[in-house]
Amino acid sequence: MGGSSPCASCKLLRRRCAKDCIFAPYFPSDDPHKFAIVHKVFGASNVSKMLQELPIQQRGDAVSSLVYEANARVRDPVYGCVGAISYLQNQVSQLQMQLAVAQTEILCIQMQQESTQIHQDDKPFLLPTYNNLDTISQYLNSASSSNIVIQDPPPLKRESLWT
Amino acid sequence: MNPGRCAACRHLRRKCPPDCIFIPHFPPNVPQLFVSVHRIYGASNVAKLLQQLPLHLRADAAESLCLEAQYRIEDPVYGCVGLISLLQQQILDAEKQLAKTRAEIAFLKSQAAQHPQAAALRGNLSDNAADLSFSDHHQSFCG
Repeated sequence: MGGSSPCASCKLLRRRCAKDCIFAPYFPSDDPHKFAIVHKVFGASNVSKMLQELPIQQRGDAVSSLVYEANARVRDPVYGCVGAISYLQNQVSQLQMQLAVAQTEILCIQMQQESTQIHQDDKPFLLPTYNNLDTISQYLNSASSSNIVIQDPPPLKRESLWT
Repeated sequence: MNPGRCAACRHLRRKCPPDCIFIPHFPPNVPQLFVSVHRIYGASNVAKLLQQLPLHLRADAAESLCLEAQYRIEDPVYGCVGLISLLQQQILDAEKQLAKTRAEIAFLKSQAAQHPQAAALRGNLSDNAADLSFSDHHQSFCG
């Protein structure tokens, strides 16, 4: 750091802050809490190893995500970020269901309008009610694959870790 | 070699005491679990974290640590935060789609309520054209 103040990491670790200190660009001395929390959860040497394995242009993002995870783990020592992931996956599922219901409702309205038109045309040999139900059930079955663009998020890889 | 050692003590090449904090959560038949958490968090950090928790919460904590470690190994830049960002974006997109779809329902209902015969007549006069344009419009709602 060439005579200027050591970075937050070297301050906390009480060591000389070298010119090529791997932490210095990402843990400035004016934000000691940032490194403190990452050090608490991951440990300075683990963070250093992780950053060393990454190209320089990706280290900033890696530090940000580590800080995020560390904060989540301190806030929720049991579930950390995994708690947030479960919650968000649940929200996505609920929204997918609501969207399917809403799109089915549009289909019903369309069917009703067509049915009104058919009756006005006086064509009694058609069976709009039966066709409506059949089409609606086909729509519901295909709702998740064709009309709704949300892709299922990758599931938490619980099973794979224990096989 | 002590066959009764947990995966942690095996990996760390040390004796596994009867009260080892890792035993319940890192069985010897699944060594990869401990290898992952040790690589990302370090054994002592994991031990500290588990020690601070009541016994009945430690299993869930160990499991979530393993999952996060696995995500971090697979994506060294973003870890599980990448998935969180993706889910948040999916929620925003879904909410937008839902709002548009509900607005469309409200519009159709109001049309049918105000001018039911006109709505039916419009369908009768331009049957194919209306169906085609509506399905295109509906597809655009779906993105």
